[in-house]
Amino acid sequence: MSEAPKPIVVDQPVTITVNGAAIQAQKGDLLIDACERAGTYIPRFCYHPRMNPVGMCRMCLVDVDTGRGPALQPSCMLECSEGMTVDTENEKVKKAQDGVLEFLLINHPLDCPVCDKGGECPLQDTTVGYGPGESRWVEEKRHYEKPIAISETVQLDRERCILCDRCTRFADEVAGDPLIHFMGRGANTEVNTFPDEPFASYFSGNTVQICPVGALTAKPYRFKARPWDLEEVASTCTDCAVGCSVTVQSSRDEVLRINGVDNDAVNWGWLCDKGRFGFEAIGSPDRLQGPLELHGDDLVAIHWSDAVAKAAALISEGLRSGGPQGLAVIGGARLTNEAAYAWTKLIKGALGSDNVDAQLGDGLPAELVLGLPGATINEACTPGGTIIYLGPDPKEALPTLFLRLRHAIVEDGARLIELTSTESSLTNLAAASLLVRPGETASAVRAIRGGGGDAGGADVEQVRRAIDVLSGDGPVTVLIGRTSAAESPQTVVAAAEELMTLDGVRFLPLLPRSNVRGALEAGMSPGLLPGRVRRSEAAAWFGQAWPTIPQADGLDTAGILAAAAAGKIDTLILLGADPLADFVDRELAERALTGARSVIVVDPFLNESARRANVVLASSAFGEVSGTVTNIEGRVQRVTQKVTPPGTARADWELACDLGEALGHDLNFDGVEAIWAEFQDLSPVHAELSLEALEDPANIDGLLAVAPTEVQSEEPLDSATDSADDSDGASAEDPSDAVADPAESEVGDAAQVAEPEETDGLELVSSPDVLRYVAANDQVVIPATDAYAFRLVARPDLYDGGTLLSHSPSSASLVKEAVLTLNPLDFEKLGVTTGAAVRVSNGARSILIPVEPSASVPRGVAACGVNLSGVAVSRLIDSSSLVTDVRIEVQA
Amino acid sequence: MSRFTRENELLAREIIARYPRPKSATIPLCHLAQEQDGFLAEDAMRHISELVGITAAEVRGTASFYEMFKLKPVGKYLINVCTNISCQLLGGEELLEHAEQSLGIRSGSTTEDGLFTLEDVECIAACTEAPACQVNYRYFNTVSNEQFDSLVEDLRAGRNGEIPDHGTLGRVRQHIEPGQVANITAPEQQSEPGWFRDRNTAAAAEQGEVSS
Repeated sequence: MSEAPKPIVVDQPVTITVNGAAIQAQKGDLLIDACERAGTYIPRFCYHPRMNPVGMCRMCLVDVDTGRGPALQPSCMLECSEGMTVDTENEKVKKAQDGVLEFLLINHPLDCPVCDKGGECPLQDTTVGYGPGESRWVEEKRHYEKPIAISETVQLDRERCILCDRCTRFADEVAGDPLIHFMGRGANTEVNTFPDEPFASYFSGNTVQICPVGALTAKPYRFKARPWDLEEVASTCTDCAVGCSVTVQSSRDEVLRINGVDNDAVNWGWLCDKGRFGFEAIGSPDRLQGPLELHGDDLVAIHWSDAVAKAAALISEGLRSGGPQGLAVIGGARLTNEAAYAWTKLIKGALGSDNVDAQLGDGLPAELVLGLPGATINEACTPGGTIIYLGPDPKEALPTLFLRLRHAIVEDGARLIELTSTESSLTNLAAASLLVRPGETASAVRAIRGGGGDAGGADVEQVRRAIDVLSGDGPVTVLIGRTSAAESPQTVVAAAEELMTLDGVRFLPLLPRSNVRGALEAGMSPGLLPGRVRRSEAAAWFGQAWPTIPQADGLDTAGILAAAAAGKIDTLILLGADPLADFVDRELAERALTGARSVIVVDPFLNESARRANVVLASSAFGEVSGTVTNIEGRVQRVTQKVTPPGTARADWELACDLGEALGHDLNFDGVEAIWAEFQDLSPVHAELSLEALEDPANIDGLLAVAPTEVQSEEPLDSATDSADDSDGASAEDPSDAVADPAESEVGDAAQVAEPEETDGLELVSSPDVLRYVAANDQVVIPATDAYAFRLVARPDLYDGGTLLSHSPSSASLVKEAVLTLNPLDFEKLGVTTGAAVRVSNGARSILIPVEPSASVPRGVAACGVNLSGVAVSRLIDSSSLVTDVRIEVQA
Repeated sequence: MSRFTRENELLAREIIARYPRPKSATIPLCHLAQEQDGFLAEDAMRHISELVGITAAEVRGTASFYEMFKLKPVGKYLINVCTNISCQLLGGEELLEHAEQSLGIRSGSTTEDGLFTLEDVECIAACTEAPACQVNYRYFNTVSNEQFDSLVEDLRAGRNGEIPDHGTLGRVRQHIEPGQVANITAPEQQSEPGWFRDRNTAAAAEQGEVSS
């Protein structure tokens, strides 16, 4: 298990003696960590570097002399102090270790040969390393019913448990879901849930990973393999855009397990259950085995050469009749950075269309995402800092980010101002939680900045508290995203613009779709080209490397779908996107798929939209392709191929090359390295970020793509490693540095810094300016609701009906049914029973949906998860309006 | 069994108000629930969790640590026979065996009529009166087999004398007027006790002398 001590800054060194050798340690650092950093491992079970120590297991007893004579003390509970003398391996310590292990093994069954943990078990390993070798225990061990399911995915064998308190501490301290607890006392103590109240935490899988014995096992992995049969690679989870570091483990070319890796900048070793258990979809029998073509009413399997030729024919036919503006691509967030660049080069650089959008109307304008002064997760979680959160419920959309925020608030004294339309997982943690009428976040922001007004209907006391929090010192980070798909992104833009003027503020954009940030950085957005540059400003620069450049800014997804519905799109390419399920306005998506002359789908699964395609190209999925991805911060991390794709499915970048070749445009790529090299050459923000640097073990946390002007101007830009370290380290050492930075860059001349680029053969044109967001100050006037209408909030849900979960058998039962929730008072007025179906209409369209009361929903608001199984709430959303008002009718 | 009655819920809220943090009232509320139902019912634990703002698992985890909280229904009379050292020397185990035979149940179980639950118990601090036993935690000292039988007979006949229902801790309900509730400041909001502050100052002064 990768449970090394977390990185620290040594600013108060003390000298301690460990086994006779003097070492420098940080004052107050736990002895167990200090010894491990100095190369002396002390065996332990209960201690975990990312949780508070409890001293439960007594395995880490060492002989310590702090001036009062040597005595055995648990090293996980002892802080380093000057002059401490420690012996970790004398006879006294060995006897203690021996004794502790003998006690632990009294009740532990010797079923290692059939235990999942056998072979990677800390208890097994520690017993071999430090234990008695032989048991003196002849009595009966305790027995329990085995195993019991404590959640849908996690099973518990209580007799194997050594009561280390790791899982229960995790549930309480880290996840904040104390649904498992010690029950009973003494020899009868066991970990258990309340009867009929399962450990339904989004993070339950972490307890399996940190269990030091085989007591907790995960259903998807149980009895699937032995640890010595597994091979693993380091990779990055792409289920959402947080970018958690993982290991992908497989046996016989089948992915069997995903474990979290401690990335100090991102996930601290934790994963959400969707990321951990969603891998089953990779090996799903539903995966597309090869390309398909529409014959009559059916999609039938064809050869790759025919499929590529057919797709190329459709594209060139469309280009002949409608020109480049008739070609459009939706999607790209599922791709790696390399595949995204290859597709951008094909569509924008070879075929000349700018109608490319990686977001499905559920995101934010790309200029806002890329052009605001960026914050890292560590910067946002700075101890004592202020976080302004306006976005989707992080637990539902970006789960491990929730864990980091929770830790920052609960343990590190960060203060949170939350602006939301319905109560979220952060509400109880917030110093000020403003319940704002949907769409009116901007007026709430104005109010907390002291501008008065009605604060979007937020409680006056909460506004006062928010003003109070904002007046404190410490860095301010704004975490910004779409709270609800039923509101136009303009409402968020207006709020962001109100916040831009805060002194030293930094932004962390919350785009939930896997590699959406990478796709945007690779230019998969209308009006942009790779490397955070505007098409209009970078045409000359890219003109040197690409055969062509789009002549005008293209359409975003909503625009593409509207054009398709109007019959103006000849060829619509869905690049790992399922607009019917994922686009905010389902009605428009349906009309668009009918209206587009031809539809080409590139996807690992035959999703709903793909069933309406002319050609379907089977592509590889997570774990089947190597490359890099970019998380919400702009951090570039590696993904690594572990298994071969099913059938003849091909990597997305290969498909771009294949299509390019068939269309007479050789993209000239022979592998992902070549794609990255070209991207790196052309992108002003990735110039120093080489694949070699990413391979460096020192950069295990990934590297930030930093705009040249964002790096402090007095320092030479010597390597990407340094620049990434700077921005990371700044948060740990001196947060004021990090926030002082954008103010400096504001006055710095971008062109001046970007000038001395050394790009072979491209000296004639200087590299373009990295885009910086400029407030448009558009007036956004939210219409008032009438007394009979409810304002719709369509919020994300972790267990949605997306491809991943629906193809993962162990997790499929977790997918939630769509339910409309109302404030109990509003619900009472309807006079229906909980779960009764009501008709919800937006005037033009209506759906039938079960309704429930919920105290987390304010009055006048109707909330529902998007993309859940059952009813598609997106039928009610009109992507062209600012907010969505609905009426609810009780069915007779 | 059930959640708190309306009356007990009001009492529960009053008890919660005596503590700086609601969850500090968990154990008093467990007592209240046990007094209401004779044992700590699942619904009652759930109700407690809602009232004090922790999870039901935490309530159960806390309650299950304590022997005297019964998570399963027990008889109307809970009989504890001490088998710890003093009682053992003076016939406690024999008394337990007699009790098992005369009630027709093993220690740890309940008679079919739901009247008696028999348990062996560790030292109940009545060593001078060994062998001792308790009925609903009321003491019976130097109990002979005959005395035990007549006790059981009395209880069967409804002559329970001073013995309250299982779960009742005291006959007089403690009631504190809201104005008289003292010092409900959370520890983190309390100022340091004087002796603590003085000690720190003294230590700092000493440190200063040493270094100078």
